[in-house]
Amino acid sequence: MAAIFTPGLKVTEHTIVLKDRRLPMEGEVAVSVGQAVRADDVVARTELPGKVYPVNIANQLGVDPGQLAQHMTKQVGDRVEEGELVAATPGFLGLFKSEATAPVAGTIESISAITGQVIFQAHPIPVEIDAYITGKVVEVHAGEGCVVQAAGTLVQGIFGLGGEVKAELMLSVDSADAVVDAGDIRPEMAGRIVVGGSYATVAALKRAVEVGVAGMVVGGFDYDEIKELLGYEVGVAITGGEKLGLTLIVTEGFGRIPMAPATFSLLKSKVGRRASINGATQIRAGVIRPEVVVTDDDEDAGVERWVPPEPKGLSIGDQVRGIRAPFFGKLGRVLALPAEPAVLDTESKARIMEVEFEDGEVAIVPRANVEAIEREEAGA
Amino acid sequence: MSAPSSSSPPVDKDKLERVLATDCGSTTTKAILIEKVGGEWRQTWRGEAPTTVEAPFEDVTRGVLNGAQEVAELSGRSLVRDDGAGILRTNGDPTKGVSAYISTSSAGGGLQLVVGGVVLSMTAESAMRAALGAGAIVMDTFAANDRRKPFEQIERIRQLRPDMILLAGGIDGGTRKHVVALAEMLKAARPRTRLGGGFDLPIIYAGNQRVTDDIERILGEMCDLKVVPNVRPVMESENLGPARDKIHDLFMEHVMAQAPGYDKLMRWVDAPIMPTPGAVGLIMQTIARQRGINVLGVDIGGATTDVFSVFDGTFNRTVSANLGMSYSVSNVLAEAGLSNILRWVPFDIDEKGLRNRIGNKMIRPTTIPQTLEELKIEQAIAREALRLAFIQHKEFATDLKGVQQERTIADAFRQTGQDSLVKMQALDLIVGSGGVLSHAPRRVQSMRMMMDAYEPEWITEVAVDSIFMMPHLGVLSSIHEEAATEVFEKDCLIFLGTAIAATGEQKPTGPALRVQFRLPDGTGVDESIDSGRLRRWELSRDDEIEITLTPLQRRLDVGEGPGKARTAKVRGGVVGLVVDTRGRPIHLPDAAAERVRKLQEWVEALGEYGAGGQSRWAGQGAD
Repeated sequence: MAAIFTPGLKVTEHTIVLKDRRLPMEGEVAVSVGQAVRADDVVARTELPGKVYPVNIANQLGVDPGQLAQHMTKQVGDRVEEGELVAATPGFLGLFKSEATAPVAGTIESISAITGQVIFQAHPIPVEIDAYITGKVVEVHAGEGCVVQAAGTLVQGIFGLGGEVKAELMLSVDSADAVVDAGDIRPEMAGRIVVGGSYATVAALKRAVEVGVAGMVVGGFDYDEIKELLGYEVGVAITGGEKLGLTLIVTEGFGRIPMAPATFSLLKSKVGRRASINGATQIRAGVIRPEVVVTDDDEDAGVERWVPPEPKGLSIGDQVRGIRAPFFGKLGRVLALPAEPAVLDTESKARIMEVEFEDGEVAIVPRANVEAIEREEAGA
Repeated sequence: MSAPSSSSPPVDKDKLERVLATDCGSTTTKAILIEKVGGEWRQTWRGEAPTTVEAPFEDVTRGVLNGAQEVAELSGRSLVRDDGAGILRTNGDPTKGVSAYISTSSAGGGLQLVVGGVVLSMTAESAMRAALGAGAIVMDTFAANDRRKPFEQIERIRQLRPDMILLAGGIDGGTRKHVVALAEMLKAARPRTRLGGGFDLPIIYAGNQRVTDDIERILGEMCDLKVVPNVRPVMESENLGPARDKIHDLFMEHVMAQAPGYDKLMRWVDAPIMPTPGAVGLIMQTIARQRGINVLGVDIGGATTDVFSVFDGTFNRTVSANLGMSYSVSNVLAEAGLSNILRWVPFDIDEKGLRNRIGNKMIRPTTIPQTLEELKIEQAIAREALRLAFIQHKEFATDLKGVQQERTIADAFRQTGQDSLVKMQALDLIVGSGGVLSHAPRRVQSMRMMMDAYEPEWITEVAVDSIFMMPHLGVLSSIHEEAATEVFEKDCLIFLGTAIAATGEQKPTGPALRVQFRLPDGTGVDESIDSGRLRRWELSRDDEIEITLTPLQRRLDVGEGPGKARTAKVRGGVVGLVVDTRGRPIHLPDAAAERVRKLQEWVEALGEYGAGGQSRWAGQGAD
């Protein structure tokens, strides 16, 4: 086999970035194809249905569900205020009257003659989504959202916490292998995205939240510190909705791992620029990686939707990164891709590749234990 | 379990000569070739490739073609069409193609359902059993008495994005009000599908048939409503088949059709694509039925662990949706706790480092252990995933009858607090499947993992699925049961051997069990084994010996009562005969150093691992 496919993370200075901006449910799209948008511009809006409160009004009134309709003072579709009378029985000679009120401000969704249940729907909650990156709209999904396209820099991380943030990039340490500790977090970092080195301590993260840092991008982080930050463990890598106080992006993995030098120098070269970052990670179906995007606002990426080239697979000479012990985090290049499986130290047979690491060590590594470093430039 | 109904033309099994079967798992796509060799059906070649449901490919067929191509390269037979648009069919050329192509799938998180019923322990539980039997993951079960307030139920249903909903409730002619209330709640929640794509969420109604008009009126417009016969038509019996078959149909029509590349895959196959656990369940039931035994089966995957049991003919399946060896590996750590994983690691290890390794496996799920130390850690985690999933299974497999089985009124009301149907002392065979068990470098490692996780009692045979082909054989059985059975017996199951353990209160030291038997070569064995030991003898599957077990402590029991001797016939396997005097539950020393010493003693007693460091290449660093 001449080439193999090993998924990798993109660390690209110049590429085309496409962002699919979709509403959580059907709504109104506020842009059109070809329109230039800024990252903060609203591109679509909708109203999420409010909370639903089923209340058995027939039981409250002490009437048969089949007779509920005649006691309702409000009907399906009517707006109600919290505590407003919605049903009442006449009682007997003005006595023993029963009344029912709305539990929430909203509308009446349904009145059931079978169960006696009345369903109240609270007022809808308006939701807007912005463009996230500065670029041009290249596609509109009617009623759902749009695709924004821009030329720029894309750095994918391996794991993140927290959602979308847009802010200026700033360095916290001056080398890819420097640890970021609480002392490295300074007040002027408030509202910025801070780029770190090898590893961020939990004290640094806590200090960053205190100071008001918008986001942090680091090489590694201790897995057990997640629980200390969030108060719970992340058992399955589906993230993005955490209320951490900032967005965290880990580029290499868990532990004290230096950020890949190329990643660090690329981010360093963008210091002072406004970046869009998102910690959302999903390792299972429909994989989503956390990302840092810095758009090149002077370059027009066009209004034709860019089609990414097919991944070319891994070939001899390509750069790879070890992603499992004993070569975890080490960078190297592919020397050979033998077709025959080899016997590992574990006595398992696996398909392997020969890799020359940057420190000169040559080793055989299971193909499953490396990932490509994807740096190919595209679209320009 | 019946095979799912199919829109594919039926396969003429008399014309089958060679079948390619794939299982599209969440991590890898496994392809096997099954051929008629000298008049008998055999599994001949196997290949695998990463599953390609995710970006950048987002097309499951790429992984299928890669897996098939590997089989093609190994077998020297062309299997993939030149244009890459499918699997090549035989056209008379003996070096090309197959007579049929079949597949199972659990990629993309498998089949995910929400189920509902009026009473949690009655109709909701019947709905749950129908869904699990179909191979689904049950995301949540709601019922009128599930202790959540209606608005909480509605919020939860809104958050979940299931592939479909199975709604039961009421026996036929029973409650109308409660079933209608469930439907009204569903309508208010306006649930949406996981995969989107502009189609209505399928809701299968399998409740009180006298209220189907009400259900259609309430739900008919907001979803793709399918009405099937009641899963619980009367209190004392269940009818799970129609609901389960409808789940399979909708799995094909909706879920598969929406997943990346499955529209193509569905056109390629000659039988409906089955959810992987549904196919494994079919084979497990076949084993139990044909041998007349009680079976416990497990399929431990990257994201989930499925447990199957057949006791006295009653089939149960559970799926632990977040216990797995890659995507969900950190959840095993969260649920088991670090100390429970560490207790199986036979060397000292830095705790923070271990947590980071597990976290890194979660975010790079397709990696494999390269060093012996990594392998031992992975197998320690596997023990806990197996153990936790088994606890969940035992809790579910209580007095619950399988398809169409009768239960008395008294039984029907005795729904909580029952004993589990899973009786370890009545268990005949444990079958392990899934990467960590099927692909363990030494088979004895699989046997140890299962013995530690399940703690078999008295006399129990242990086997593994040789190369993870139970899903393939399950779907094969839907088109050619005889071929599936033949391959299953000849190539699928690898008997590891027989595990022997006494139950009852055990002293921590001193002689525990006397073992007497004669090996096939005539050598006599008569040994007293102390407490806290593992002892192994080589004995093949073809050799049956008579063994006498005598408890040396008066409260120990090997099946004849405390302190009483038992003579039984047993067979071996590729591992042989393993006598376990570690106690039930297994006793592990509390002190770390003593525990590590004990673990190393057990490892050496069974010959579990090599020395390590014997890799064939130069320059590999130590871990």
